[in-house]
Amino acid sequence: MFETLILMLDATIRVATPLIFASLAGMFCERSGIVNIALEGKLLAAAFAGAAVAYVTGSAWLGCIAGVLVAVCMSLLHGFATITHRGDQVVSGMAINILAVGLTVTLGRHWFKQGGQTPALSGDARFAPIHLPGADALQDVPVIGLLYSELISGHSLLEYVAFAAVPIAWYILFKTRFGLRLRAVGESPSAVDTAGISVAKMRYSAVIICGILVGLGGVYLSVGQTAQFIPNMSAGKGYMALAALIFGKWKPWTAMGACLLFGFLDSMAIRLQGVSIGEFQIPVQAIEAVPYVLTVFLLAGFIGKAVAPKAIGVPYSKERE
Amino acid sequence: MSQARVPAWVTVALLPAINVLLAFLVSALLFIYIDISPIDAAKVMWQGAFGYAEGIGYTLYYTTGFIFTGLAVAVAFHAGLFNIGGEGQAYIGGLGVGLVCLTLGEFAPWYIVFPVAIVVGGVFGAAWAFIPAYLQAKRGSHIVITTIMFNFIAASLMAYLLVEVLKPENTMATESRVFAVGSWLPKMHEFFALFGYEMSASPLNLSFFFALVCCVFVWLFIWHTRWGYEIRSVGSNPSAATYAGIKYVRIVCLTMLVSGMLAGFFALNVLQGELHQIKLNFVEGFGFTGIAVALMGRNHPIGVLLASLLFGFLYQGGAELSFEYGVDRNIVVVLQGLVILFCGALEHMLRPSIENTYLKLFAKTNEEAA
Repeated sequence: MFETLILMLDATIRVATPLIFASLAGMFCERSGIVNIALEGKLLAAAFAGAAVAYVTGSAWLGCIAGVLVAVCMSLLHGFATITHRGDQVVSGMAINILAVGLTVTLGRHWFKQGGQTPALSGDARFAPIHLPGADALQDVPVIGLLYSELISGHSLLEYVAFAAVPIAWYILFKTRFGLRLRAVGESPSAVDTAGISVAKMRYSAVIICGILVGLGGVYLSVGQTAQFIPNMSAGKGYMALAALIFGKWKPWTAMGACLLFGFLDSMAIRLQGVSIGEFQIPVQAIEAVPYVLTVFLLAGFIGKAVAPKAIGVPYSKERE
Repeated sequence: MSQARVPAWVTVALLPAINVLLAFLVSALLFIYIDISPIDAAKVMWQGAFGYAEGIGYTLYYTTGFIFTGLAVAVAFHAGLFNIGGEGQAYIGGLGVGLVCLTLGEFAPWYIVFPVAIVVGGVFGAAWAFIPAYLQAKRGSHIVITTIMFNFIAASLMAYLLVEVLKPENTMATESRVFAVGSWLPKMHEFFALFGYEMSASPLNLSFFFALVCCVFVWLFIWHTRWGYEIRSVGSNPSAATYAGIKYVRIVCLTMLVSGMLAGFFALNVLQGELHQIKLNFVEGFGFTGIAVALMGRNHPIGVLLASLLFGFLYQGGAELSFEYGVDRNIVVVLQGLVILFCGALEHMLRPSIENTYLKLFAKTNEEAA
């Protein structure tokens, strides 16, 4: 029983890692007042670029850089459309999502001739699990041994980075001048503008940070977790991260909590496949739908209240039209 | 604001046309990159979509689907609502259509089943759109997010129903049993054969006419009814509309009910018309493409019709392209994405320069005339 629980928690961490990256990314973007439904597309594009470069160069690190670069570029495109040209943020996000689906498959087929997949990564081309010191020695100690060697040790680098990114994001957003300005831009851009701070500059930096974080998430999917790019491998994770962000009320720690909860539900759904309690068979699909249903309930104000940044979705223009 | 005004055709026709052209140019670069001549590719696509009778049938079959989802998005846009949930609403609408065909279709002919399927499919789609609408109007939860969530909930619900309830015991594939032949919507070539016209076989079916009827309906509804007027008022200024005595909650719900209903109709074409059984993920992204269709069509039924034709052409041409060159048909998805990007997100990019150019070229003659 205990071992099962540990294995489930282990799986939870794996599922939650890309979600944490993506929802932190979304947080920076949305806190600055830009709706970001493009997380899905950026995850996918970064996963593809990461796997492709990692395979060609044989280095996971170069793959990681490439993935992050691609995600940043797509973020800048989103910024160009929504900040510079004040386009609709949802429409721009949709466009990026659709572009990512098409481009990854088309380029993947052209480059690798494997129906859009990249060849499997091996050796240095993927992030190997890191075994923390003493994991083997502690393995046989009851309770703690399993906890340490299975749950805490033996993850790939990016998983640790994801969890480290949470306090860093919290610090940047809530304890630095930059973070204060970023949040202010999302609440009342005209006030920030009056104070002599460029709204566009703040929003562009938010968008770039978003790209870096979501890029790491995408690279984790292909280079870290699966060791291969598969078409459409983001499979709605970007949207789920968005749900987690809202469920966490646009705050880093609670968003991480939401990611872990959604991850746990996912690993539970896998484990409960075909399990029945007496006559009643548990519908796996119902568990899969729980994150979305919970988010809808939260948004409707039935569990607490999720208040979005006030200026979200509104393009900023200096002059009145 | 520039003081001189440009005529409507510049913003309504010229600007979208230039944006689409830009999208085509960018995707031409992609074609060149993957060693396909863009001109050859365009020829293959044109030939595949309009060059022979069967191809035209397929193009119009896809067009039918895009009309439904495009109109759904367009109607919601008029009230300032962004309905991303067309995908889920069409999926749930399919449940309604499917259930009618599976039950009533067993003993009734298609001309009785079809109207009932229209009603039930429409109601199912509308119901799925109603919850996000109500939550938006009453509880202030953002409709974009709730409709996205409802797409996923619909996918889970349908997967459950297909696996546990609708799938016959003896099959492996997650799909319902095939509808009784009598309930199938006649194909266009079968229908015209009754009158002595010969057409080559294609999935194009009678729901195409129904889609055209829907275009007229939307036009009448939005521009020639009180509801339409109230919807457009809410869309252009919700608070002013509220002061004028228009009930915001009621209009939001009404708009989304109509929008969801139109999305639900999508299933008539695909399920009753072609697949003849409920399949997993039969919507295949048509709901999302509806957004592109509505954007390009400027939310007007005629525009939606033309944009649907364009996307029908892209879809069928893309299939032909993958057949010819062995590229993935997703290359057309790139084109779709670019169209949304240039016509939707970047619509303000070229507007000032085009308007200025126009004024420079023609303003003088106008002044002289005046």
